[in-house]
Amino acid sequence: MTEERDTDIIIAEDEKPELNSDWSGGDRKPFRTSYGKLMMWYFLLSDAFTFAGFLISYGALRFSSPSWPVPDKVFATVPFGINELFPNGEAPLIFVTFMSFLLIVSSGTMVRAVQEGARENKRGVVFWMLLTVIGGLGFLGCQAWEWTNLIATENMTVTTNPFGTYTENGFYLDPETGEVTDERVLEGETYLLHLAGAEHGEEAAGDHGEEGEHFAYATTPGDYPGYVVDGQRPDGSGVAGAKPFIHRKYVVADEEGNLLTNEAGNPVQFTQEFGPVAFGALFFGITGFHGFHVATGVIFLLIIMINAGGGVYVARQNGYEMVEKIGLYWHFVDLVWVFVFLVFYLL
Amino acid sequence: MAQHLSYEESVRGVWKGLALLALVTLVEVALSLLKAAEWAEDIRILIYVASLLIIGLSVYKAYFIIYEFMHMGYEVKGLAMTVLLPTMLLIWALIAFFNEGDAWRKSREKVIYKDQLEVPTGDDVGAISPREDDLLLALPA
Repeated sequence: MTEERDTDIIIAEDEKPELNSDWSGGDRKPFRTSYGKLMMWYFLLSDAFTFAGFLISYGALRFSSPSWPVPDKVFATVPFGINELFPNGEAPLIFVTFMSFLLIVSSGTMVRAVQEGARENKRGVVFWMLLTVIGGLGFLGCQAWEWTNLIATENMTVTTNPFGTYTENGFYLDPETGEVTDERVLEGETYLLHLAGAEHGEEAAGDHGEEGEHFAYATTPGDYPGYVVDGQRPDGSGVAGAKPFIHRKYVVADEEGNLLTNEAGNPVQFTQEFGPVAFGALFFGITGFHGFHVATGVIFLLIIMINAGGGVYVARQNGYEMVEKIGLYWHFVDLVWVFVFLVFYLL
Repeated sequence: MAQHLSYEESVRGVWKGLALLALVTLVEVALSLLKAAEWAEDIRILIYVASLLIIGLSVYKAYFIIYEFMHMGYEVKGLAMTVLLPTMLLIWALIAFFNEGDAWRKSREKVIYKDQLEVPTGDDVGAISPREDDLLLALPA
């Protein structure tokens, strides 16, 4: 056993042959830890810088944008239509909070696996690692659903962000007649652009373009009285191949609801725009990179769990150190999620 | 968790730690929903305080995971310092890049503003108004 000493200074006469096995050349282990654990710490440090670079670029781009999608509106759906039980059919942040819990709990079960390893309890190690694997797989499944919903239902891609945010107050124009309605546009509120011809009512919640049942948006690209549909128009103008997103028109008003007019005396009219392009790329890039870490972690947890069950670490008699190392990695994945959760969902 | 604790104590420590992390997460979500509530929109100070609290709680969660779950609190101090001190570099990265982002936004707004300016045309170009004319005459020779 090593004596209790809180220093890493190498002392020549401190001969500990039994500690030399995995550090050739040194008299004792630096920092009184094994080579594997120390290198895992330094790998995690470098990985932390990678994630920090991504998250800081998210922050810089967010600061550079006049508006940014409000997370409560973007992440307001839950599988099995559970969000329909909430007011307006929106369950803000509920699903991602559940995902966070999954990852936190799997971190706790990992600590239990390490504790059982320290007692050389093979069955305990395998049991708690299995629970950790299930937690990780559950998280990945949730993320797969979240991505599918964003891509297939809400039409967000790496280059298209249909979540725009109003930068002024105002009133919508009636889509059919183009007259000013009393439906309000609120500054700072996030809307979701829909595709023309998409099934009514199947879209995610969070938009304010819902109409009475009898009105249907035209599916042909063009400039209509109260809205615009993207794509190549019959007269040849417009962008060919663009998805037919519906952009509603609205007039700008001050906070009391008085319409603003331009120099010619006409109301100032705007059309709903796409949100900041960077949002999709940042979201899929960063949560994807984190999900990749989770998937890698699950694979290594499985390998080490099978090894532990097969008695590989019993033979090594080092208190299941391999379980400790994968534990460090797994907690790091949880740690990164704390910050991904912070910047994408909470702020 | 620590070496001096008995097995039962350290097991209880894990579940207590889990409960703590879950509770902190719930508080964070509640604060996040609070600052996005419609009635809170005009209270800037509330939004700032809630955001700072959320960031503080997240940093606390990170501290707890590193020190308890990853056992950093029980490692040799030198190990903790070599891993934790380099992350301090990120503080400057945060300040520098967020300022840079803000500067991009300002220059974008300036471009939009300048695009909207109308170029003077016709007789207005290069003309001096009568009042400016007077000013010129009033200058000492």
